[in-house]
Amino acid sequence: MKMQIKNGRLSPYTKNSIISYGLVIGAFVIVSILNSMGMVSSSLQGQLVPICCYIVMAVSLNLVVGISGELSLGHAGFMSAGAYTGIVVSGILETSGLPIYGRLAVAIICGAIVAGVLGFLIGIPVLRLRGDYLAIVTLAFGEIIKNIMNIVYAGKDSHGFHLKTNPDLGLEEGGRMLLNGPMGATQVQRISTFAAGFVLVLITLFVVQNIMNSKQGRAIMACRDNRIAAESIGLNVMKYKLMAFTVSAALAGMGGALFGLNYSTLLPVKFNFNTSVLILVFVVLGGLGNIWGSIIAATILTILPEALRQFADYRMLAYAIVLILVMIFTYSPKIKNFTQGFIDKNFKRKKPTAQTEGGGQV
Amino acid sequence: MIFLSNLINGLSLGSVYAIIALGYTMVYGISKMLNFAHGDVIMVGAYISFCGTAYLNLPAWASVILAMIVCTALGILIEGLAYRPLRGTGSLAVLITAIGVSYFLQNAALLIWGSAPKVFTSVFDKLGNSISLFDGELTITWEALFTLIAAVIIMVGMTLFTGKTKVGKAMRAVSEDNGAAQLMGINVNSTISMTFAIGSALAAIAGVLLCSSYPALMPTTGAMPGIKAFTAAVFGGIGSIPGAMLGGILIGVIEIFGRAFISSELSDAIVFGVLIIVLLVKPSGLLGKKITEKV
Repeated sequence: MKMQIKNGRLSPYTKNSIISYGLVIGAFVIVSILNSMGMVSSSLQGQLVPICCYIVMAVSLNLVVGISGELSLGHAGFMSAGAYTGIVVSGILETSGLPIYGRLAVAIICGAIVAGVLGFLIGIPVLRLRGDYLAIVTLAFGEIIKNIMNIVYAGKDSHGFHLKTNPDLGLEEGGRMLLNGPMGATQVQRISTFAAGFVLVLITLFVVQNIMNSKQGRAIMACRDNRIAAESIGLNVMKYKLMAFTVSAALAGMGGALFGLNYSTLLPVKFNFNTSVLILVFVVLGGLGNIWGSIIAATILTILPEALRQFADYRMLAYAIVLILVMIFTYSPKIKNFTQGFIDKNFKRKKPTAQTEGGGQV
Repeated sequence: MIFLSNLINGLSLGSVYAIIALGYTMVYGISKMLNFAHGDVIMVGAYISFCGTAYLNLPAWASVILAMIVCTALGILIEGLAYRPLRGTGSLAVLITAIGVSYFLQNAALLIWGSAPKVFTSVFDKLGNSISLFDGELTITWEALFTLIAAVIIMVGMTLFTGKTKVGKAMRAVSEDNGAAQLMGINVNSTISMTFAIGSALAAIAGVLLCSSYPALMPTTGAMPGIKAFTAAVFGGIGSIPGAMLGGILIGVIEIFGRAFISSELSDAIVFGVLIIVLLVKPSGLLGKKITEKV
């Protein structure tokens, strides 16, 4: 992060980022204190790591959907690539004597690398397409990744690591299966912690905010706002879109690795289309291109189904209704006009604001 | 013979996808939105038909008509309550609302009918056994045959409807240029409602046909066929009615052939792989119109 100081004051970008980091750190400290005092309910406690994962996923998807302006419906695919890589790496390193935090860090980095490479390879063909066609191809890739995860078997024994597409790995005694095809990963050592999740959220914020405020980020947004204009001033649209896509995939891999190492078993079905859509919901509900919106939406919508527990069987129904109502109340032009008129009437300002909010335009 | 029987199965499954894809493509054409709840309307249609025969003791044909009526009403209701307030706000906001509607329908079905799969009795049950040809070497089920026939009838019907009738022409006009159509005195609201109504009625038929061939009926039954049909619509060029038909049938045939001859586990991956290749070669789908960008 470059500290830009003008006239002895911090630039608004730097100020904004410092506020963001401060808020995240503050939230972490508060939750940690509450947790140590035993004031966090056990159901919420179990959700702390998933919340961090979903924040990472949502912010990284926002980089593609909000900032780069391409609808991606296959984000869970990158998440699963990261998760499985993380699980395998952690499984291999189990006997290496590495401390748990070191193992988690290596697993997360490997997850990020694999997902990033995958994102790069998929991005090359995908980003040639536009609009809904691009969306459907990302969906297709997400489904293909899930399908491949369904037939991958991996295990390790004293001879080393085995990877096959059928369950007959020929492991010797004492060997251990790491991936079981459609049964997913089993007996995963749960090494993810809330602190690690918090660090990942900070890293993601750092990466995405710096991209947004850099020359490359402005180029990415220029390509989103007007592709032809951006091309005509000499920007390589493909390069910038690919950059956003790859970084987003790598971040998703990171989040996925953390997610994978938080459960003792993990089925490939977990990373289906619905998960991609869930993350997209966080992004759109939080506001496109709005990083804080993504963070808040991811947190609230992860807690919401639990918080609606008192509705018992009706809770997912209530969740759906809340989702529809929130969308209508946030985006409906009629309701917007109504509230704007109400505000103008009762709280008249001296001059009308010409600024349009960034999150309101889809 | 194995080839031929797989081909027939593929055509039959493809016909179901084609009928669903028709709903997707019409709605997309007219309101430029991906209606993700369409797959769940299929599921509702199948459940209504199931209830009609199992609880109300209706004859099969009556239960299908009942399902069509309920789904038509449902389609109009969804459009009016959830999508209309968001018209003109861009496709992403409506997309998320559609996902909300999809969650709603799935969970409502879960509450009403439970999560245990219901065994759907085929609507062609009364016709008895399947037809066998070539001394029993090739058997064609009534379901496969009628699904194909239904798809052909619907295809011809829809082509005539959009080409010849006043309402159909209005639909094409609205999908071409919403504002200009309104200036010509076309009621855009009712035309869009009409499109949703037709799409949902077709979804009900598709649901009954799908569950006649694959009888396990669950609240999530519609999800995967919905995604596949959506793929099919894009495959054939979204917005184009013949494209939806072609795309649906190709996706069905590829899926069944992939399952039979390559790998049963990877059949979905094969379908999506072919889709990716086609879109890379022809980015607007098989029969889609190429739109040139104007500066």
